[in-house]
Amino acid sequence: MPDIEKLIPPPLRRPAKPGEGNGNGNGNGNGNGVVDLRQPTEKNGSAATEELKGKLKDSPADVVGWVDERTGASNIVTALALRKVPKGTNWFYTLGSATMFAFICQALTGVFLAMYYTPSPVEAYASITYLTNEVFLGEFVRGMHKWGATVMIILIFMHMARTFFFGAYKYPRELNWVIGVVLIILTLVMGLTGYLLPFDQRSFWATEVANNITASGPFVGPYLADFLRAGPEIGATTIQRFYAIHMLLVPGLIIGLIGAHLFLVVKLGTTAPPWVHASKPKSLRRKDVG
Amino acid sequence: MNRHEKEEYLREYEQLKKKGKPFFPYAIAKDGVMFVLVALIIVVMSLMLGAEQGPKADPTTTSYVPRPEWYFFFLFELLKVLKPPWLTPVATIGIPTLCMVLLLLLPFYDRNPERRLTRRPIAAISGFFVIIAMAYLTFLGANAGSPTEIEAKVPASLEEGKLVTAQSGCLACHQIGENGNNGPGPELTEIGLRLPRATIARSLYIGPGIMPSYAGLPKKKLDALTEYLASLR
Ligand code: HEC
Ligand code: HEM
Repeated sequence: MPDIEKLIPPPLRRPAKPGEGNGNGNGNGNGNGVVDLRQPTEKNGSAATEELKGKLKDSPADVVGWVDERTGASNIVTALALRKVPKGTNWFYTLGSATMFAFICQALTGVFLAMYYTPSPVEAYASITYLTNEVFLGEFVRGMHKWGATVMIILIFMHMARTFFFGAYKYPRELNWVIGVVLIILTLVMGLTGYLLPFDQRSFWATEVANNITASGPFVGPYLADFLRAGPEIGATTIQRFYAIHMLLVPGLIIGLIGAHLFLVVKLGTTAPPWVHASKPKSLRRKDVG
Repeated sequence: MNRHEKEEYLREYEQLKKKGKPFFPYAIAKDGVMFVLVALIIVVMSLMLGAEQGPKADPTTTSYVPRPEWYFFFLFELLKVLKPPWLTPVATIGIPTLCMVLLLLLPFYDRNPERRLTRRPIAAISGFFVIIAMAYLTFLGANAGSPTEIEAKVPASLEEGKLVTAQSGCLACHQIGENGNNGPGPELTEIGLRLPRATIARSLYIGPGIMPSYAGLPKKKLDALTEYLASLR
């Protein structure tokens, strides 16, 4: 077996553990390799394979260990993975992560769309036509983004309904509910701003109406509408503004808030279903487990 | 919730958590199944429904359907229920804002420690009511077409104006005779009686309330439109 160890830069070499042969260990040069006295001197076939297995298992490149030594990440990961979810947790509790998957899907497909899309009234429509008809899998990715939006909206409403009907917004999770409401508003803003971008007739006129709706608001309404439109009419700057809001501002906010949301989920733990009680073990039979 | 109730909740939660299972692999397995399901649904929808592209945006042509995405239908339908112009801000801004504020502050006014739905009658009823109302309004919105034909007969000189009106999406918001949606805009069947020609022209030009402005239309079409509307009485 070639000595791979020599190829691995010293900081990534696995430090010798007591009991390991010195062939494996003193890469760090600290000379604490201890000769294992129990090591058999004569190897038969099966012992050799055993040894090979062992060598492969603790391959000399200890990248995980190196990262862990500097970040302490393994503690966090283990704590996250092994934290307990309360008794009775059921399929309704997957709706939050399902919403997150839909969002991730939107983010990924959105990046691909952004590679072809041009936010200008002259070119926007043509760039979408090109993307849809010419680019390999273009229509497929666009379809995923379009229908992914629908799926995400449905999931986020279902997730909200779940937390509402389970009373999960009550103490101590009030703040997580508030963050959730902001997330749902931001998701709707994504739907609204994304609708203009293909710049076909439907997006144009629907946005016109949406803007007039904004303008009908009291006090700030007209100013807000003017800001969105970037002028008295939908034009070049409107598209750019909607584009910036749709692909930078709001996704950034959503990512940050999902982070805060999940932080609180981990910190506080998810609720047990309201019908499960610790004091009444009778109601805790079979179906509630897992 | 007072302090005692809070402590009781935390204590019981601690017990339930102790009896629970670790996130990995139990909860994460379900999340994984859900992930595959979500991805599959999106892929299948994209493959089956595609992403069609409408005609290019053009303020000077008039064929369009001023329809929002389906998840805003309920808002649009609300506009039809609250039709009088002075109520428009109530429907467009007032009710949605109120709903959002009520939703945002929910944990602060619902301080009842009870979590079982059967013992939260007000929460249960309002929750189901909101869901049914939104589903109903979405259903109405999905079925409200945007007709592009006006049946009522007109003299030949007004044919063009009738055609422009029919194909300009006016019927999505206005009723003319037997055709069109009754709202959010006022009925136009006898608009010529109510408004003089110049006022109608001005309405089209500025786009009152939530109505879009039609100032971008070519003058010939605008004139034909105005002519036709003014003749309706
Ligand atoms: C998005 C919905 C919408 C569309 C599309 C629309 N309108 Fe309107 N329209 C309205 C609303 C709402 C009002 C009432 C506004 C107000 O007074 O606040 C209105 C008002 C009017 C008025 C003034 C009526 C009055 O009694 O004061 C006329 C005339 C009119 N619309 C004609 C048209 C024509 C013609 C078209 C098509 C080219 C059209 N509208 C398209 C929503 C719409
Ligand atoms: C981008 C949108 C969202 C994402 C990605 C998300 C994600 C999650 C996840 C993964 C959980 C863990 C438990 C579960 O899945 O049920 C959770 C819990 C929770 N979410 Fe969300 N959520 C979102 C939006 C919302 C909304 C709109 C609300 C309500 C207004 C909300 C309120 C809550 C509450 C109260 C909890 C705690 C539930 C419990 O402890 O049982 N979230 N969220």
